[in-house]
Amino acid sequence: MIEALHFEFMRNALMAGLLASIICGIMGTLVVVNRIVFLSGGIAHAAYGGIGIAFYFGWPYLVGTIGFSLAAAMVMAAVSLHSKHRADTIIGVIWAVGMACGIILIDLTPGYNVDLMSYLFGSILTVPTSDLWIMLVVGIVITLLVAFYYQDLLAMSYDEEFARIRGVPVRALYFLLIGMLAVTVVMVIQVVGLILVIALLTIPPFIVERHTRSLIQMMIGSSFLGAVFTVSGLWLSYAFDLTSGASIIMVAGIAFFLSLLIERLSIHHRHKTTAADKERVVPGQ
Amino acid sequence: MKDAIVKIEDVTFAYNGQMVLESVNMAIRSGDFIAMIGPNGGGKTTLLKLILGLLKPNRGSIRVMGDSAETASRHIGYVPQDIHMNRHFPISALDVVMMGRLKPGRRFKNTGKDRRVVLEALERMEMAAYADTRIGKLSGGQRQRVFIARALVTKPKLMLLDEPTAGIDSKGQADFFQLLKELNTEMTILVVSHDLLMISTYVKSVVCVNRHLHYHPQAEITGEMLETMYPSTGETICPVELVAHGLPHRVLTDHK
Repeated sequence: MIEALHFEFMRNALMAGLLASIICGIMGTLVVVNRIVFLSGGIAHAAYGGIGIAFYFGWPYLVGTIGFSLAAAMVMAAVSLHSKHRADTIIGVIWAVGMACGIILIDLTPGYNVDLMSYLFGSILTVPTSDLWIMLVVGIVITLLVAFYYQDLLAMSYDEEFARIRGVPVRALYFLLIGMLAVTVVMVIQVVGLILVIALLTIPPFIVERHTRSLIQMMIGSSFLGAVFTVSGLWLSYAFDLTSGASIIMVAGIAFFLSLLIERLSIHHRHKTTAADKERVVPGQ
Repeated sequence: MKDAIVKIEDVTFAYNGQMVLESVNMAIRSGDFIAMIGPNGGGKTTLLKLILGLLKPNRGSIRVMGDSAETASRHIGYVPQDIHMNRHFPISALDVVMMGRLKPGRRFKNTGKDRRVVLEALERMEMAAYADTRIGKLSGGQRQRVFIARALVTKPKLMLLDEPTAGIDSKGQADFFQLLKELNTEMTILVVSHDLLMISTYVKSVVCVNRHLHYHPQAEITGEMLETMYPSTGETICPVELVAHGLPHRVLTDHK
């Protein structure tokens, strides 16, 4: 791995992976505790519509994707606030229509066509330095916003009604959360692809959640775990000449199933010991 | 008779075209200790949320301490139903109670004073030893005490509790109602409960909610009350639960 770092593309890939891990660790924690994984998936897929628009109209890539994703995300946020029981259906529809819209617009655009695979799995090995700077700025802005609204986000995520009674502007905060999520998803997709975004948003926070006692611990733990997954995934892809994004996801996926297995075993073990304790107590009485 | 702390006048609330509460009138006296009973889906939680200003009535008015429900809600301590809370959420008991220190318009800072007030409230609920414990690791009764501590740090004049004793054994329930009785010396209490024995022992008055509302100024449970509130009582409620203070043990006749 060390000799791999002599290559600039490898250093950039590593930096991109680490930045994506930190951003996804923070936002993923909020996604998992607010149970908006499906909504995040919807934003990530609908973003493809934005790519199509940007290509068709010849707009700069970021203007098209961020604009479209933000609009789609706000519709999803409004729907999930106003009619909760319809939300998943409508998110599913926007998800599908956004992607279809993107593909058709790219079909209609003459000349060079963007590769769907690079959108899905990203191209972490070809990240230009300019993208790293953009990710860094997005990361800093998101960290500051989350730090500033930490107590309000915590109250909203844990007990929305109580937060409202205490005067927390829950609606505005929810739109802010979804807005940050949309920007995160678009920025990180560019670098590591749609599938890796979803994996990094959900797998590390899920594994870490059980072992932490606060959102901030969960955010730090998820960022760290995400970084471990990206670094080891990148190393595997370098050593065995595999697709980088898929390797990172496989590492994360294996860790996910291992954590489920360990949890199962520990619950089983606890049941056995408490049962044994009870047996020991009974004869004594 | 002291002033009314909550005044509900001719309130009607419908959800998705379904009438939940109809022409409800009630005045809660300051210092009262009221139990709210009624069948599931009868509108008990809805009524609490209307008083808290979380829901708006389709018709009628709700005044809390002379203000609109939304403005006054910060003077109300709310203890929600435990089953609606996410038990896997990574949060310590201390941080749950800390939420009660959030104030509108003020950027929350975790000051030493906040911490002291929160620890005092936990101490009072005999939960100080569990301050750093993850909320999901506590028992149902302990979690309820944490939620009460959270409501207490808001310095409420009125406390609303939604089925706080669900899933707690009868000894725990008696302790819990004893605790509420003590708190009642400082504040008005409205508690949703199905436990008629606890109600007849501890509370001052009873309100029955099943789309309509009936207020009973004494804590007496009558057979007619039960039959109107819980249709088909004979099968769904175990007769033993009707053993109540000041009420002869009665087994309801079959509805035929």
